[in-house]
Amino acid sequence: MIEAVGLTKRYGDRVAVDQLSFTVKPGQVTGFLGPNGAGKSTTMRMILGLDAPTSGRVTIDGRPFARLDNPMLEVGALLDAKAIHGGRSAYHHLLCLAQTNNLPRRRVDEVLDIVGLTAVARKRSKGFSLGMGQRLGIATALLGDPRILMFDEPVNGLDPEGILWIRNLMKSLAAEGRTVFVSSHLMSEMALTADHLLVIGRGRMIADCTVKEFIERNSVLATRVRTSDAAALAALVRTAGGTAIDEDGALVVTDLPMHHIGDLAFDHGLRLHELAPVQASLEQAFMELTKDSVEYHGTLEPR
Amino acid sequence: MTTLATRRAGFDGLLRSEWTKLRTVRSTTWSLAAMAAISVGLMSFIGWVIMRQWSSLSSEDQALMAAEPLQIIIDQPVFISQLIVAVLGVMVVSAEYTTGMIRSTLQAQPRRLQVLFAKVAVFAVLMFAVGELLSFTAFFAGRWVMSDHIPVDLTDPGIARSVFGAGLFLTVLGLFSLAFGAIVRHTAGAITGVLGLILIVSNLTVLLPGSWGAHVHAWMPTNAGQLAFKPTLPPDALLTQWQGLAVFSGWTALLLAVAAYLFKTRDA
Repeated sequence: MIEAVGLTKRYGDRVAVDQLSFTVKPGQVTGFLGPNGAGKSTTMRMILGLDAPTSGRVTIDGRPFARLDNPMLEVGALLDAKAIHGGRSAYHHLLCLAQTNNLPRRRVDEVLDIVGLTAVARKRSKGFSLGMGQRLGIATALLGDPRILMFDEPVNGLDPEGILWIRNLMKSLAAEGRTVFVSSHLMSEMALTADHLLVIGRGRMIADCTVKEFIERNSVLATRVRTSDAAALAALVRTAGGTAIDEDGALVVTDLPMHHIGDLAFDHGLRLHELAPVQASLEQAFMELTKDSVEYHGTLEPR
Repeated sequence: MTTLATRRAGFDGLLRSEWTKLRTVRSTTWSLAAMAAISVGLMSFIGWVIMRQWSSLSSEDQALMAAEPLQIIIDQPVFISQLIVAVLGVMVVSAEYTTGMIRSTLQAQPRRLQVLFAKVAVFAVLMFAVGELLSFTAFFAGRWVMSDHIPVDLTDPGIARSVFGAGLFLTVLGLFSLAFGAIVRHTAGAITGVLGLILIVSNLTVLLPGSWGAHVHAWMPTNAGQLAFKPTLPPDALLTQWQGLAVFSGWTALLLAVAAYLFKTRDA
């Protein structure tokens, strides 16, 4: 379990992480969602003790990371795939890290096999593609067979097959009872992998809930209605206190429960061709939620 | 989840890890091979060429060379070797920052002072072994080359100490550079700094006037350290050979202390 209390990081005047308090629990994939520059990587670096918090603290099962007996057995992390000396082979990169925690040599071969790099294990990693580098980073994270795994934007640079592989890997790791903490700036990716969500923007916690709750809470529920007489139904909806917008021949009704719309139509003898819920996509919900906290807005207006 | 390790990750694991790191990048092997080839091979060859033309040299030159037999066979090899040792020393830490490897290293073992000390220990042992091997090889190769005209032996006064001292000088220089690399954290910048200090600043201090200028010059890190491989001292020397090495070691210890403080407190 990862536990952060009032975690804060300042760089000069800029606050990168602002009073974050959260827990990441075992047995599930916890998504760490936020736009670029929201403070996700900085938070992960503080969990690993790479950066010191300006204030607050973060612990792994109650202890700071640097106090753990065998850090690699407790936490494995892929922060960026470039944390590698390119002149060293994949095998020796993993070996020198394994030796620090007294891990056996066979474990190096095992993780190379898991990530599918056995064939290139003796090649220098500077020749690796982005995807291969990412796999080597994941092998590094798995080396100690740790109880907690952290991945910072793990699908970056992976091909579709690789993306599917890492998704399944994260789910199976969580199913084994491990703590899996994965960051992304893509809501859609999180919807597919995460059970729980921590959403941050500009270093602040915006939401801490399950993925389901996040969708329910943030999607604007509307109803799409098709009927033979749209104008008549629109009038009835407005009288009943709802709003109705004509959209490609269908009415999009908000502020009126779906069953109420059906009853209205039935009472007034209107034929319904469609009565369906409209959910805001996760992407929309996320953008709605973080629109005030996006650090870098694009300046190109859509035409 | 199997139990992979049975005991706390400690200093011995770090030592093995740092040794693996050193031996598995080609730059280490190539640099050391180049260092041996140039300082032993090339300098012996130059010595051999000079000896072949011995009779054409003036008697003053002959006397100068005979008075300082280690000039060709120890001083010159050390002068060349120090450049490579400085670069290797700087890279022990700076290469980790330049490549990003440091983040993997500190994730595997976040107890930072132990990480730095392991680097220092492994590199010190390697540099001591390489430095002594190199200086003794250079000495025996040179002695053989010069044997016809300049007889020199380990049993001559100050010779054994100087040959041994050359290896020690290179070891301390390696650690001095390592500390520099850990402070600057940028390979090119740290190399420029160390070489600038060794080759330029140290020599420029000779221009400082008066007694204090002489003291500053004598106490500069490598100026003091170089005394370790001088069989005889100049009459105006302010430090003895061992004092010189002690001064250089003191500077190195100071830099290592600064490096350790920064290594522990800075964000990686």
